[in-house]
Amino acid sequence: MEISVRSLRKEFDRTPALNGVSLDIQSGELIALLGPSGSGKTTLLRLIAGLEFPTAGSIFFGDEDASHKSVQDRHVGFVFQHYALFKHMSVLDNIGFGLKVRPRGQRPSDAEVRKRAGDLLDLVQLPGLGNRFPHQLSGGQRQRVALARALAIQPQVLLLDEPFGALDAKVRKELRRWLRELHDRTGHTTVFVTHDQEEAMEMSDRVVVMSQGRIEQVGTPDEIYDQPASPFVYAFIGDSSELSVRVDRGAVYLEDAALALVAPDLPDGPARLFLRPHDLTITDDPAGAIAGRVAGVRRQAGARVVELEVGAKGERIEVALPETERGMENGTHMVRPRKWQLYPAA
Amino acid sequence: MVGFALPRLKQPSVIPGFAPTLGFTVLYLSIIVLIPLGALILKAAGLGFGDFIALATASRTLAALQLSFLTALVAASINAVFGLLIAWVLVRYDFPGRRVIDAVIDLPFALPTAVAGIALTSLYTPNGWIGQFFAPLGLKVAYTPIGIVVALTFVSLPFVVRTVEPVLRDLDREVEEAAATLGAGRFATVTRVILPALLPALLTGYALALARAIGEYGSVVFIAGNIPYVSEIAPLLIVIRLEEFNYAGATAVAALMLAISFAMLLTINLIQAYSRRRYGHGA
Repeated sequence: MEISVRSLRKEFDRTPALNGVSLDIQSGELIALLGPSGSGKTTLLRLIAGLEFPTAGSIFFGDEDASHKSVQDRHVGFVFQHYALFKHMSVLDNIGFGLKVRPRGQRPSDAEVRKRAGDLLDLVQLPGLGNRFPHQLSGGQRQRVALARALAIQPQVLLLDEPFGALDAKVRKELRRWLRELHDRTGHTTVFVTHDQEEAMEMSDRVVVMSQGRIEQVGTPDEIYDQPASPFVYAFIGDSSELSVRVDRGAVYLEDAALALVAPDLPDGPARLFLRPHDLTITDDPAGAIAGRVAGVRRQAGARVVELEVGAKGERIEVALPETERGMENGTHMVRPRKWQLYPAA
Repeated sequence: MVGFALPRLKQPSVIPGFAPTLGFTVLYLSIIVLIPLGALILKAAGLGFGDFIALATASRTLAALQLSFLTALVAASINAVFGLLIAWVLVRYDFPGRRVIDAVIDLPFALPTAVAGIALTSLYTPNGWIGQFFAPLGLKVAYTPIGIVVALTFVSLPFVVRTVEPVLRDLDREVEEAAATLGAGRFATVTRVILPALLPALLTGYALALARAIGEYGSVVFIAGNIPYVSEIAPLLIVIRLEEFNYAGATAVAALMLAISFAMLLTINLIQAYSRRRYGHGA
């Protein structure tokens, strides 16, 4: 099922939560809505589900305008961050709920419901737990049950609102991989919301980066990482440092020193230079390099991260070095970027 | 609550003070509840088995007990339904005057029950403000068991509202949304998702309202008419026996009331413990 969102607006008490968003989601795609809190990603997901209604704009499911269809009629599977399981029902009853509330004519028999719920329980790899109650399950198990419950109604689309947000890191990692496999097997069009960039990059076919009710960029994880469309995306995805520079006829100046960078397409004037810690190398050659005083060193998994204070304003940049690199605790060092990104100052 | 596990004494705990608090609780309950009730049972036991049975099964006693428990059950049931409705309205909707209505709920607690009884009587007599509408239908409210139900409903109103309200307020909105995404309409959501979640609180409120109604005296004696075998409640019968200096008779009725009340409340508590265990509250 393709989903098409067209200039969608949503206001809560006159404050816009979503500001003219358009997005095309292809059938069978796994897509992530990524952004900081307050970026409107959850609002967009809830609008697609029909849990909220748009102030303006429309949502198409295939060729059909679904903007004003009730949530019951949209036939979406929705998974909540805090599971939202029915506490007073067993796991099997939770999963079978969507089938049991169907209108009389379309309702499968009780035996059929039990059988389908049992099959789904196997699919989410919790065989034999059907008679437990939600409070007897771990967080990861509860979320699997919630997913099985959502899949029971054979939804056209699967929508997940920070599905792993309440789980610990290890379980989260496991479930991510598992959900990706499940998606590849079942082929549902899947949209999930996350604020965890690693999760978005690892799992999805395409990532939608959002900020302040707008879409900043839509693209594959590679595109998002390698060709960030805006300073926001660059800074939000991965580690990054920023320096204020000045562009003059294609040359880039840090304070008054020319850097060995070129910016042929940028207008003259102030600009923002973005750098990633692992794209910087230490150098002895001062020509065109960025010089900075060591402000701190910290260990990060496989790297040693050195923080350099640059220029009179004391802007800080981070440099990732191999963990074998020692003796960088103080003094002044020079670095040269292998890759960088320049944006005109707003 | 039923089914609590006594912790091993001397167990190291982050919540200290188990021994003194338990000691205080037992002492306090003894002075306030257990000793008076114990004295009652002792007094009843002093009657001798034959005498007790004779007094307890006297037809006037049985009629009074039957009336008391039946009217209390009806009143508590009425409040279970309408108390739930009131709690729902107060929690789910915001409207002008909501806080005033919220405050009115507690008035039956504050009003002297005799005042309530007199007020209700004057309203429900055949020529009273409300009673006049029932009189042409041949329905007499005051001075009949119906009047007793009215008075008991009045005094036990706050219990269900006040026990259900906080639970309803804490009910997770997402659970209802989940039901909706699964295709459940409002009716199915309310009956299959919300009501089961409220059931333990509703039962608590029901039990409290029932207990209050069974023991109610002050408001009922005014509206009941107090005709033996028709509208004479058990607490009144106890007072009548006392005024006759028939302490044995009073004790017998009282002990019987105590036994039945205890059995009823215990049953409700057991149901509650069961549902709590099932629904995983506090887990």
